[in-house]
Amino acid sequence: MKTFKMGGVHPEENKISSSAVIEQMPLPAQVVVLMNQHLGAPATPVVAKGDKVRVGQLIGEAQAFMCANVHSPVSGTVAKVDVCKDAFGFAKPAIYINVEGDDWVETVDRTPDIKRECNLEPQEIVAKLKEMGIVGLGGATFPAHIKYNVPEGKKAEYLIINAVECEPYLTSDHRVMMEHAEEICIGVSILRKALGVPNAYIGIENNKPEPIAVMTAMSKNFQGIIVEPLKVKYPQGAEKQLINAITGRKVPSGKLPIDVGCVVSNVGTAFAVYEAVQKNKPLIENILTVTGKKLPSQHNYQVRIGITYNDIIKHSIGELPENTGKVISGGPMMGKAVVNLDAPTTKGASSVLVMDESEARRAPETNCIRCGKCVNACPMGLEPYLFSSLVKNNRIEEAKIHNILDCIECGCCFFSCPANKPLTDEIRLGKNRVRAMMAAKK
Amino acid sequence: MKLLNISGSPHVHSDESTKKIMWRVNLALIPMLLVAIAYFGLNALLISLVSVACCVLFQWLIEKFILKVPTTICDGSAVVTGLLLAFNVPATADMIWLVAIGALVAIAIGKMSFGGLGKNPFNPALVGRVFLLISFPVQMTTWPTVGKWFPMSFDTVAGATPLGLLKEGGAEALPQAWEMFVGHIGGSLGEVSALAILIGAIYLLCRKIISWHIPVSFIGTAFIFSGILWLVNPETFVDPLTTILTGGIMLGACFMATDMVTSPMSRSGQLIFGVGCGLLTIIIRNWGAYPEGVSFAILIMNAVTPLLNRWCKPVRFAN
Repeated sequence: MKTFKMGGVHPEENKISSSAVIEQMPLPAQVVVLMNQHLGAPATPVVAKGDKVRVGQLIGEAQAFMCANVHSPVSGTVAKVDVCKDAFGFAKPAIYINVEGDDWVETVDRTPDIKRECNLEPQEIVAKLKEMGIVGLGGATFPAHIKYNVPEGKKAEYLIINAVECEPYLTSDHRVMMEHAEEICIGVSILRKALGVPNAYIGIENNKPEPIAVMTAMSKNFQGIIVEPLKVKYPQGAEKQLINAITGRKVPSGKLPIDVGCVVSNVGTAFAVYEAVQKNKPLIENILTVTGKKLPSQHNYQVRIGITYNDIIKHSIGELPENTGKVISGGPMMGKAVVNLDAPTTKGASSVLVMDESEARRAPETNCIRCGKCVNACPMGLEPYLFSSLVKNNRIEEAKIHNILDCIECGCCFFSCPANKPLTDEIRLGKNRVRAMMAAKK
Repeated sequence: MKLLNISGSPHVHSDESTKKIMWRVNLALIPMLLVAIAYFGLNALLISLVSVACCVLFQWLIEKFILKVPTTICDGSAVVTGLLLAFNVPATADMIWLVAIGALVAIAIGKMSFGGLGKNPFNPALVGRVFLLISFPVQMTTWPTVGKWFPMSFDTVAGATPLGLLKEGGAEALPQAWEMFVGHIGGSLGEVSALAILIGAIYLLCRKIISWHIPVSFIGTAFIFSGILWLVNPETFVDPLTTILTGGIMLGACFMATDMVTSPMSRSGQLIFGVGCGLLTIIIRNWGAYPEGVSFAILIMNAVTPLLNRWCKPVRFAN
C-alpha cells in the first residue's frame, strides 16, 4: 500500500466522532463574518451598517490578486462593519450581522436534487470558483480560483483529492464522504475538467474502510476518478507528502505542487465546488467536528460561517466540562489553541476539539539525549534538534543554511521527542526570524 | 470562566520519555546480569549492586549539593551507567570496592561535569572503566577462573580470558565457539554470554531504542577486517568468529556504542561510527598494548561523533 517515503509518526487516531451523522447547526442571534478567512489580503466590505442582507449575498469583494469573495451566511441587518478578534487573538476586519429569518438569494438552487451535468468551459468553472469565494478547506484556505488557473508554461498532470484526514480526532472529511459521495465525485469531475487532466486520485488513509468502500463504489460511475487507499501515517495529508505518496514525485524546496504537475485539493473543497458550480451556492457553510475524549457526546455539524465557538459549544454540549484545559481549532497535531471563544468560525475551520486539563498540559522539558528520534520522524529530512540550539543561540543565518524554511510544522519532532523539548515551537520562532532577516536584507 | 491553556501545536505527545527509554535499557541488561550471577556467583551480584548504588548516590550528591538542581536519579540513566560499568570489570573480590571509584569517575567526570545526561561527549561507563584499567591494571586484568556454574566462594583464582590467551600465543587452549556463545568463558561480568547480549539487544531493537546500524556495522567490520587478516596469516591472527564472540565486541556494539547521547544522529553517521569502532577495535587488539580495544575504540569514536553529526546530514526531501 502506498505512503510517503520519509519520516512520519503514528499518533493515536481517536476518531471517536466518525459515526456521528452530520447535523445542521441552528442559527444564532448574531454572526460575525471575518473579511480574511483565506490566505492573502482581506476582502473589501461592500455593505454598510443598516443594510439588509440575504443568505448568499456578496458582502466582501476580492479586490487584491490573492483574495477571495466573502458572502453573507445569514439573512438580516448589518449591525456594524468593524474589527473582530479572531479565535487566535488577531484583530481582523469583520461584518457583524443580526440574524432575521433565513431568506436566501434566488440564484441558489436549494432543491435536494443532485445535478450531474456540467457544461461549463474550464475558464467559466474557474470564474465560478472565484465568484463563489471557494478556498481550500484542508487548512491553508488557499483561494481556489488561483490554484485552478494554471500559470502559462506549467502543465497539470495529476489532480489529487486529499481525503487523508491524517490528523487524529477529525472526522468531517469522513462524514462528508459517507453522506455526499456522489456530490464529491461530481465536484472532482468539475475540477478535473477545469484542469484538463485525464485522472483524479482520491487519497484516503486505510483507517477509514467505510469511506473507501463508499467512494470506490461511487467512483465507478465516473470517468477518471481513482480511489487510492493509503497506509496510515502522519503527516500524509501534508501536500508534499500526499503528492509523494500517490505519484512518487517530490516537490522541491520553495516550489509549488504545480511545478511537478500536481494540483491538490481537499475532499471538502470538492464538495464545496459541487455546490458552487452546480447549485450556485457560495462558500457559506462548512463541516465541523465537535469532539474530545471527555465530552458527553460527539458531533459533526454543518455550520454557517461566522457562528462563534461559544455558540457551537452551547448548542452541541451545553457548556465546556469542568476541567477543560484547552480548546483547539483543527486537529491536535497542527491545529491552533483557541484564545477567544467569542470569535467566529471561518471557512477553513474543521473542528472544535476539547481537551481536559491533563491532556492539555505539556510534560516538563528535560535535556536532549540526542536520540535522533526527531531526525527520523521529520518527513522533510531536516534536523530539528539542530534548529533548536541554533535558534536559542540566535544563529539565524546557519538555521537558514540548514533549510529551516523547508519545515512544514507538522509537529512530528516535538511529538516524538522523549525529552519533551518544544522543537516545533522553536522552529516556528526560527522561521519567523529567518524571514525577518531576509526581509531586512532586501 | 476558567482560563484556557494555549500553546503551539502539536497538542499531543507520544508516550516516549527519557525515563522509559532508560528503564527499558536496564531491563535489557537483566539477562546479562543473570548470566553473570550464574557464572561468577555472588561477586558478580555484589559488584553490580555496589556499582549501581554508587552511581545513583554520586549523581544525587552532585545534583543536590554541588549543582543544586532538582535530582534526576529516577530517570534510570545512573542505573544504566552503574550496570554497564559493572559489566566491564572482572568478577573478582577486589572489584567490589574498586568499582566504587570507577562509579565516581564515571558519574562525576564522565557525566555530571559536562552538565548531566545528554551533555556528556563520552560514554560515562567507559570513562569509568578506562580510568580503572589505567589506574589499577593488575586488578583489572586478573580474571576469575573459568569452570563450574554457580560458584559460591569469594576466592579469586587467576584464570585467563580467551583474548589474554591469544595475546600470550596460547591459541590452542581456546574454548569452542559454542561455549563462547552461551558464555562459558572468562571475561568481564557482562561480556561472557553473546546469547544474553543478543536477547537484550533484540528487545531494544523491537522497542526502537537502538537501530541496527551501529551494532551491525561495528560487528560486521570487526568480522570482515579480522577475517581478512586471518586469511592472510591464520598463524598469527584469530579467526573472525572467535574475534567477535570474545571480549567486549558484542557488549560494546549492542549497548555501549549505541548509547544515544554519544553516537551520531543520522543513519549514515551511525554506519561510519560503527565501522570506525570495528576497525579501531581490531587494530588495538592486534597491534596495541592491550588485549582488548573495544573501550578505547568506542571512546575515540565518541570524540568523532560531533564531526560525524556535522558531515552526515539526513537526506533532505526532494534533494
